[in-house]
Amino acid sequence: MPPKVSQEWGIKNKKESDLRADFLYQVANIPGGEKIKKCIQCGTCTGSCPVSYTMDIMPREIIALFRAGLIESILHSRTIWICASCYACTVRCPAGIKVTDILYALKRMAMEKGLFPKRFPIFILSKSFVYLINLFGRSYEPGLLILYYLRTNPLKLFSLMPLAFKLFRKGRLALLPKSIKKRKELSAILAEAEVMEMIVPERPYLQAIPKGPVPGFIRPS
Amino acid sequence: MTYIYYPGCSLESSAKAYDLSTRWVFENLGITLTELEDWNCCGATMYMSIKETISLVFSARNLALAERLNGEIVAPCSSCYTILNKTNKYLKENFILRAKVNQSLRRDGLTYHLQVKVRHPLDVLVNDIGIDTIASRAKRSLTGLKIAQYYGCQIVRPEGIFDDPENPTTMDELFRALGATNVYFPVKVRCCGGMLMTTFPEVALKLNKDILECAVANNADCLVTTCPLCQINLEAYQKKINKKFKTNFKIPVLFFTQLLAYTLGCSPKEAAFDQNLVPIPEKILGGSL
Ligand code: SF4
Ligand code: SF4
Repeated sequence: MPPKVSQEWGIKNKKESDLRADFLYQVANIPGGEKIKKCIQCGTCTGSCPVSYTMDIMPREIIALFRAGLIESILHSRTIWICASCYACTVRCPAGIKVTDILYALKRMAMEKGLFPKRFPIFILSKSFVYLINLFGRSYEPGLLILYYLRTNPLKLFSLMPLAFKLFRKGRLALLPKSIKKRKELSAILAEAEVMEMIVPERPYLQAIPKGPVPGFIRPS
Repeated sequence: MTYIYYPGCSLESSAKAYDLSTRWVFENLGITLTELEDWNCCGATMYMSIKETISLVFSARNLALAERLNGEIVAPCSSCYTILNKTNKYLKENFILRAKVNQSLRRDGLTYHLQVKVRHPLDVLVNDIGIDTIASRAKRSLTGLKIAQYYGCQIVRPEGIFDDPENPTTMDELFRALGATNVYFPVKVRCCGGMLMTTFPEVALKLNKDILECAVANNADCLVTTCPLCQINLEAYQKKINKKFKTNFKIPVLFFTQLLAYTLGCSPKEAAFDQNLVPIPEKILGGSL
């Protein structure tokens, strides 16, 4: 039977095997990423997680689902978005698995494939953030929150006004964004980085990375 | 050794007090902090979850700029601190990413050779300068002040570079030497939720409530922290927490450098106490000169 292709979420012609290849590539990039093979399903990660009570798939189950070949269902979970990057799971995992970094990898995959509900908060927050720092080179908190709430729930902006005003009176709210001096140069760097991001070496990824010249290192046209 | 100061974006606005007091403490102890010229945002946790290579390029630009000055970066924001260290680690262990990042940086004539160490001011103060030296310079005493030392996540995790990831004690020892009492505070490295305060507020409010509750139950006069995001979550949302959980929190949350600067003899204005949303108690302000 051919692997199932999801229509519902618009994973365009992505078979489970493709998702798996993507995922393994991402994991291979993490220093120590190959340790994912050594999970003993002890649940220490879940037990250490301060927000696991509100997750739908526990951190331990993420690894179990990956082994069972169900990456697609991980990508649809709330878990990857609710993780607060506190690294409690990572420091406690007895097998040395970089659970937090693995969740980042899954987040990236879900973002790339658009696998989240419409007006999904984290996606919009991240996009607004990226927009701002690509533009100015620095983050600008008030701008970030305004962009974010305009795109999700503009009414919320009003409820934030009292706090914003209080911070402003205390001198803790900058009125204008600060920008780095070399904005043009930064754009050039980012344009190149965008190209670099697309270069993916050949499979299989999880084997030891060979020494010597970089494999598959060709600029895509 | 040059200390290259990397303030980071939050220290320019919501955590201005952290910036002012850190500079004051270092200057007062006779250590020069040179601010990194034309630094950019480290990319924070968020960029990492969108594009890996680009996020590394962002933070590596700072490292490459710092490398020219031949010194160590001092980054007060826990998130910047973790991200810069993480970049070092990724680039060291993954030569493909390193090649990609340097290829991008070369567009502005930069390259990064992995030579920059990234430190936290707490690490520098305690391990380079020494608690004894700092204590001997103290002009005020903190005797009688009960502090809940809140470290947050990213200063000790994932690497635990200068302190234990489960039970760090650096800040406890520093303030004990200055006369303060450290209350029992088992949630010292528990997460405040970070950006969840914006995206999933109901979750973050509960996490913050738990932390404040623990501090109050153990009779702390104030919380002291090292992270801009923890500080604003714990302080600015107390009203919301009170409303939601029918609690009655009104406890000041200070940056550790604010309290340290004040102990070393600066004025309340120089310690930027006026930027705290919860008024600073007499117990701190009253410390005799
Ligand atoms: S703590 Fe580590 S070994 Fe245990 S279940 Fe989690 S990932 Fe697997
Ligand atoms: S890093 Fe994420 S998954 Fe791991 S313990 Fe923290 S919140 Fe939970």
